[in-house]
Amino acid sequence: MKKIPLSLTVNGNPVEALVEPRTLLVHFLREQLDLTGAHIGCDTTHCGACTVDLDGRSVKSCTLFAVQAEGATIRTIEDLAAADGTLHPLQEGFREMHGLQCGFCTPGMIMRAYRLLQEIPRPSEDDIRAGIAGNLCRCTGYQNIVRAIAFAAARLNGENLQEAAE
Amino acid sequence: MIPGPFAYHRPKSLDEAVALFAAHPEDGRALAGGHSLIPMMKLRLATPEHLIDLGGIVTLKGIRREGEAWVIGATTTQAELIGHDALAAGLPIIGETARQIADPQIRYCGTLGGNVANGDPGNDMPALMMCLDATYHLASATGERRVKAREFYHGAYITALAAGEILTAIHIPAAPPGHGHAYEKLKRKIGDYATAAAAVMLTLKDGRIATCAIGLTNLAPTPLLAEAAAAMLIGEKPDQGAFAAAARAVEAIVTPTADGRGPVEYRTKMAGVVTRRALARAATRAGA
Amino acid sequence: MNEMSETREAREAKLQGLGCKRKRVEDVRFTQGKGKYVDDIKLPGMLYGDFHRSPYGHARIKRIDTAKAKAVPGVLAVLTAEDLKPLKLDWMPTLAGDVQAVLAGEKVLFQNQEVAFVVATERYIAADAADLVEVEYEALPVLVDPFKAMTPEAPILREDIKDKTTGAHGERKHPNHIFAWEVGDREATDLAFRDAEVTIKELISYQRVHPCPLETCQSVASFDKIKGELTVWGTFQAPHVVRTVAAILSGIPEHKIHVIAPDIGGGFGNKVGVYPGYVCAIVASIVTGRPVKWVEDRIENLSTTSFARDYHMTAEIAATREGRVKALRVHVLADHGAFDACADPSKWPAGFFNIVTGSYDFPTAHVAVDGVYTNKAPGGVAYRCSFRVTEAAYCIERAMDILAHKLGLDPAELRMRNFIRREQFPYHSALGWEYDSGDYHTALQKALEAVGYSALRAEQKARQEAFRRRETREIMGIGVSFFTEIVGAGPAKNCDILGIAMFDSAEIRIHPTGAVIARMGTKSQGQGHETTYAQIIASELGIPADDVMIEEGNTDTAPYGLGTYGSRSTPTAGAATAMACRKIKAKAQMIAAHLLEVHHDDVEFDIDRFRVKGMPERFKTMKDIAWTAYSAPPPGLEPGLEAVNYYDPPNMTYPFGAYICVMDIDVDTGVAKTRRFYALDDCGTRINPMIIEGQVHGGLTEAFAIAMGQEIAYDDIGNVKGASFLDFFLPTAVETPKWETDFTVTPSPHHPIGAKGVGESPNVGGVPAFSNAVNDAFAFLGATHIQMPHDAWRLWQAAEALGAQG
Repeated sequence: MKKIPLSLTVNGNPVEALVEPRTLLVHFLREQLDLTGAHIGCDTTHCGACTVDLDGRSVKSCTLFAVQAEGATIRTIEDLAAADGTLHPLQEGFREMHGLQCGFCTPGMIMRAYRLLQEIPRPSEDDIRAGIAGNLCRCTGYQNIVRAIAFAAARLNGENLQEAAE
Repeated sequence: MIPGPFAYHRPKSLDEAVALFAAHPEDGRALAGGHSLIPMMKLRLATPEHLIDLGGIVTLKGIRREGEAWVIGATTTQAELIGHDALAAGLPIIGETARQIADPQIRYCGTLGGNVANGDPGNDMPALMMCLDATYHLASATGERRVKAREFYHGAYITALAAGEILTAIHIPAAPPGHGHAYEKLKRKIGDYATAAAAVMLTLKDGRIATCAIGLTNLAPTPLLAEAAAAMLIGEKPDQGAFAAAARAVEAIVTPTADGRGPVEYRTKMAGVVTRRALARAATRAGA
Repeated sequence: MNEMSETREAREAKLQGLGCKRKRVEDVRFTQGKGKYVDDIKLPGMLYGDFHRSPYGHARIKRIDTAKAKAVPGVLAVLTAEDLKPLKLDWMPTLAGDVQAVLAGEKVLFQNQEVAFVVATERYIAADAADLVEVEYEALPVLVDPFKAMTPEAPILREDIKDKTTGAHGERKHPNHIFAWEVGDREATDLAFRDAEVTIKELISYQRVHPCPLETCQSVASFDKIKGELTVWGTFQAPHVVRTVAAILSGIPEHKIHVIAPDIGGGFGNKVGVYPGYVCAIVASIVTGRPVKWVEDRIENLSTTSFARDYHMTAEIAATREGRVKALRVHVLADHGAFDACADPSKWPAGFFNIVTGSYDFPTAHVAVDGVYTNKAPGGVAYRCSFRVTEAAYCIERAMDILAHKLGLDPAELRMRNFIRREQFPYHSALGWEYDSGDYHTALQKALEAVGYSALRAEQKARQEAFRRRETREIMGIGVSFFTEIVGAGPAKNCDILGIAMFDSAEIRIHPTGAVIARMGTKSQGQGHETTYAQIIASELGIPADDVMIEEGNTDTAPYGLGTYGSRSTPTAGAATAMACRKIKAKAQMIAAHLLEVHHDDVEFDIDRFRVKGMPERFKTMKDIAWTAYSAPPPGLEPGLEAVNYYDPPNMTYPFGAYICVMDIDVDTGVAKTRRFYALDDCGTRINPMIIEGQVHGGLTEAFAIAMGQEIAYDDIGNVKGASFLDFFLPTAVETPKWETDFTVTPSPHHPIGAKGVGESPNVGGVPAFSNAVNDAFAFLGATHIQMPHDAWRLWQAAEALGAQG
């Protein structure tokens, strides 16, 4: 199948590429750009392991064609930590609160939480649970993920971390 | 799961899109949010040869008030419907329904037009549009025509949308202040289609139901307008007795299929339950 | 740093040893998207494989035409059974002593069975070409109901073995019969039933489900023709076993096979077995001379690789009127699908189902299991449990509730009356196990107090009366479950896989600077081994956990082990780790004594050092000792500081726990809401409480999903239903209840550090807790036993049948 040109911004870098129209965004990111943080868990738009941030929205990259991202700005898990290696408060929160086990859902979960906290900086537990309802985790039972996101919210807001941990 | 190959088109204007659909009336498919179509393509249940992406047409997006109607562009996303303050104030049932569709990521992509146009009986917006008596604006090379939501759905995945036509906008009559509304959806979990769902809009006058419309989701090959159930409520006091009678009338018209959500008997009864609960919530909101 | 002035507490804390809520080492890479999972592997020239699968549940293959598929540009090969035959790879042995078709030749026996394997330069091309393989089928009668498997009119499924009257586990009574397995004293049990004051009998079914880790099964095979070496990366919970099986199957010498399990995105039992995809990727790599990747999609995962459960258990209890149990009798009809691919220790066709007497002192018991073939996917794996233990726990915990109901006794009280008492341990069960340790009364008492049990029962009574008065449409259930697990397989005397004893291993090397690398024969899939094994080493050797690197999964470097499943890592490899440390410590003591110029009996270990007895200021740290081991070892001692231990456990371990679930059910819709869930676990010595809590949360969530909705169902013509995440119930954060965790500590007397294993307890104990809550809610309306899954429509039906509607 004929490939067509695609240009977009990924993790702050301009990207020019040729893609087959049917190439799913997740395959483009993983296989053409070697950004393997987004994972494929279900193929049917349920699990959210492939979640990336696209133009200020959390999207499931398994359910977008790469060509639909023409001109878009994408941020993936690989770009979340600071250039000097300092973890983002969400990454720190997930480690601190044991918000992950096998790690497979984690990049999608964190990228979803990243956008959630932009939209609701001080989320309640129910806000968090509803906000990550498009992401499945088979290991943690979510309870520690909720605490991890609350931890990150507190840190981003400059609040007391101990309370978030309770 | 890998979709089959196709040619991709990204028109910049409605005219360009209409021309593309005219050129590919049988083998062209519109791509809006893609969250119904792409999963079908990955299962190879849909294999369009030409995919016409409406995402680049800015005029198909947006929510505005035109006189006594709301006009919503076809590619307006569920997230945009939820986030629109004026719509939330004037016609809150739209946001209430949108919030019960799928999950956050899907609501960022899924569009109102895509939800109402593809004829999937599991989609939530069609029954709501019937309940609200919305009108769909359809464009094609031969011009524009308007079809009432109540006349649009002919069977599962079969609609009034003709080959070569695009849904451009949805016009919804404004609702009177003080109306009561509810979208009651019973589902197995987040991300599921409804086991049964009911959309209710009603108004009260002097403690009795003055107007009422009931739309039903995923309870027949098409969304349903429960006209008899709504009609029998007019002039009644909004109490459990009246709601139960309406629920029975709803149970009489639904024809759900047996699936993972339950057997026919269960889903039929649930049609009644969601109707009763939606009516009660709407009546309370209307001040009953 | 002044090593003298530090307090003992500070020195201890620095180690991050046993009992420390140490943050996980793994998380640094996982939170940054830098985990390395199988599908992340990219090799030069790598090809992609994809299957053409059967749309039929049972059909004869008349013809396979691969011409169109082969003609697709980019397709390098299309393998069928005909291609595998000359290599003797069209069938492969299963762990249960049966054989399984790698690619179907004459017949397909379940929907989505593998028929052809397409190999292409790109994933997308392989998928296109797989659709173009043309297969002509002749549909055959389908057998989906296990209860009809052994009837005279049942279609014969396995024509390849139809004339064999004996199988791997003895006599076969019917061509669709796999095995009969019996344990216990039949006569004594029958006698006890004959004389019993009270008996109960119930068919308790545990539906077919799937472990469903978020990452599917996948592998990359790369055969180097020049060296004659095969490297396989894969989602393997037991990489060493995979290497041995690969050597036996392929004829490639075992030392020329390199099996590597990289990061694994959850296993839960799904990744123990060997699947056709792995074999086909290997063959395709040998045929093409290029690396071949195979990645399952989710529908393939749910419908082909390893279901779990599908046990239909007829349970009977004989008891006195006062509620003392006298005998247990269980017959199980086990639906194994088209091939017996159960991942049990080889001598145990029904796993450790004979733990079914549970936590109760049954004087006698008898269990019989019949395994049968049906037109369903093979498997029968231990989904987050030790082999068939969750089925056993479900069976006895439901049966005890049914007995309590019949006797008019509170379910908690009935359990208290029948528990094995603390002083009875080590306890020999009627079905042959020796329980290592337990304190059941204390655990249940603590649980009952924690939830305010009697107040809950009072509330329930009031709510039942309100329901009868038609003031509410909600009913309330309180589910009590008390489980005893049997994990840590296992002692060589009774556990092996394909003849290999189920020991496990650890190899620990201390480098000159005191930094450590340690490798084990197990393989983490999210359990956090890199973190917890280091904690054992830290406490045993006095070296900070941060100075210890744990490696697993590479068969070239790790010592042989049987892998991670059945909660066996801590009981086996964890024990091996402690034992290897002790060997090192013995040598370290000699070196310390040499450096301190005293006899080795005059030095003693103290947290992170050896010191002269009675003279704490005279000591050598483990760092000093490591340096000396390499720079100036004492005369007569070998240089270096390392050890290997292969640990054959003397017994299994027996974790236990008390779970209580409070549930409200809307009878109008059948929707159940878990109001409260309390879980008390006793897993012996606790290595990392944070990780234990995480394991319990995760296992409870899986139990919730199983009890309340999961099911891999088949229709009458063998179509698998609900094999995607639309239907297969994986709860989101919104549906998942909140968990309360608690614990008691009863160490295992035979494990070097007293640990028992915990990963699977919450699944084993959780499922009956949910189901008992549901059944308890309906009991006052006359229900005895409502089958799982307890999804809304089934609960609504139950209410309807009990006359609770309208």
